[in-house]
Amino acid sequence: MENKVKREGAVIFSDYTRGDAVKKAVSIGREDVLFELKESKLRGRGGAGFPTSIKWMLTAAAKSDKKYVICNADEGEPGTFKDRVLLLEYPELVFEGMVVGGYAIGAKEGIVYLRGEYEYMLKSLQDYLEEMRKDNLLGKDILGKKGFDFDIIIRLGSGAYVCGEETALIESLEGHRGEARNRPPFPVNTGLNGKPTTVNNVETFASVAHIVTKGGAWYSQHGTDKSTGSKLFSVSGDCKKPGVYELPWGTTINELLKIVEAENTKAVQVGGASGLCVPKAQFDRQLGYEDLGTGGSIMVFNESRDMLHVLKNFMEFFVEESCGQCTPCRIGNVKLLEGVEMIEKGEYTFNYINKLKELGETMRISSKCGLGQSSPNPFISILENFKEEIFNNGKGGK
Amino acid sequence: MLVMEKNSLSEEISKLVDLYGKDRSSLLPILQGIEKNHKYISDFAQQEVARLLDIHPVEVYSVVTFYSFLTHKPMGRNVVRLCQTITCDMFGKEAVAKAIERELGIKFGETTKDKKVTLEYANCLGMCDQGPAMLVNDQVYSHLTPEKAIEILEKLK
Repeated sequence: MENKVKREGAVIFSDYTRGDAVKKAVSIGREDVLFELKESKLRGRGGAGFPTSIKWMLTAAAKSDKKYVICNADEGEPGTFKDRVLLLEYPELVFEGMVVGGYAIGAKEGIVYLRGEYEYMLKSLQDYLEEMRKDNLLGKDILGKKGFDFDIIIRLGSGAYVCGEETALIESLEGHRGEARNRPPFPVNTGLNGKPTTVNNVETFASVAHIVTKGGAWYSQHGTDKSTGSKLFSVSGDCKKPGVYELPWGTTINELLKIVEAENTKAVQVGGASGLCVPKAQFDRQLGYEDLGTGGSIMVFNESRDMLHVLKNFMEFFVEESCGQCTPCRIGNVKLLEGVEMIEKGEYTFNYINKLKELGETMRISSKCGLGQSSPNPFISILENFKEEIFNNGKGGK
Repeated sequence: MLVMEKNSLSEEISKLVDLYGKDRSSLLPILQGIEKNHKYISDFAQQEVARLLDIHPVEVYSVVTFYSFLTHKPMGRNVVRLCQTITCDMFGKEAVAKAIERELGIKFGETTKDKKVTLEYANCLGMCDQGPAMLVNDQVYSHLTPEKAIEILEKLK
């Protein structure tokens, strides 16, 4: 296995020395940490893009004897692997982001929920935490600040994609099946063990470490107006240089394809299996919350790829990973997969396929969590954007 | 199951409970520990865990059956999980899968007769830039070719 970062940008991979963020946070105080975060306009890097400062302020404002900071390292979205690289190469950013989080919201316990598939990095992460304890970056009275106690433990997942959803993750930590909860109440009030909890993505914490050290204004000068800073993109598929790229928000798909040296590209799947499939005609679209918001998964498909096969692979994924709790997702994904198989065999009617698209729309609004709300995305976008290839290919069906 | 085996398993589970605590939130780490040592979580083990955590055995069963890395049927000494998600699929997963099936003489979802290897598919392992990839127990291998995959399997004990 290798872990090459293909392009280091100006934000996440800028200079950083271990301890910087915690030192700065302790010296400027709680209020200013939250202020800098607000200034930075950082939005959650897991994909949903919720403003991090709001999440933290709500958790900070909640009154409770116990609060938790959780790092969501259940990176399961197909095509995403940036968290793997961050955790292996830059654990200081992630862990210190968590310590700063604990300081800002008043939590004493941090938990990293690491996906079971990444168990091979458990030992090195635990060793790293031990070093941080020795340097008093974790433990009691951190860096001499009286009463600032914080420690981090790592808990392993056991192979369930849905546990990347924050309430399912909390359920899993509490020893239950990873089934999403109703929201509200949100974890900022009622999270782990019913206590106020902030759950953030690995990359979000890494960004926080830089924001606290260098200031919110420094951070927000990168990227665009609504999408500040930079983003790690996990690029895979048909290109000469797959890997992790740090690019400013606002980069167009065309520009990205040039950087990763992709040729004869037919389609780009943005945001993983649950994201959108963008056809060639729309390659001038921008990556950013204004247009294509994403957790950073970019999968490139060239002219030789069969898009129906790609779609089938995605739908098989969702059928397996649906937790089965709510009906739209449990049954809906099976029906969509059956539809793909009908098209594959040429035994379909347009009437029925259109019904399935309507079913997809229903799933988007009626599923309980993000999984079922976004799993129809590839079905709808691939059938729409590649209807020529899929329905008008000269084979005609039976 | 022999009484002696039962006793030693009970002892082992109570050690895990001591280590992680009696709270419900310890359930996953405890089950992960049993899975690691025994390659499955037997009915008896599930009942013991339920007894020690003071929850209904059905609760334990429902958790075991939810997570794909926890199993209630015996697995082989080594578990091989080949990634089946799209980028690994695009770069030759099928050829690797067929080669492994031929070499081991089993299909996916099965265990070899000598209980050495269980073969399974996994969803995205997060190695999309280096596919095809597979997990062998907790180690990950990437850039697989049929030949390389077989070489890795031959080293298993």
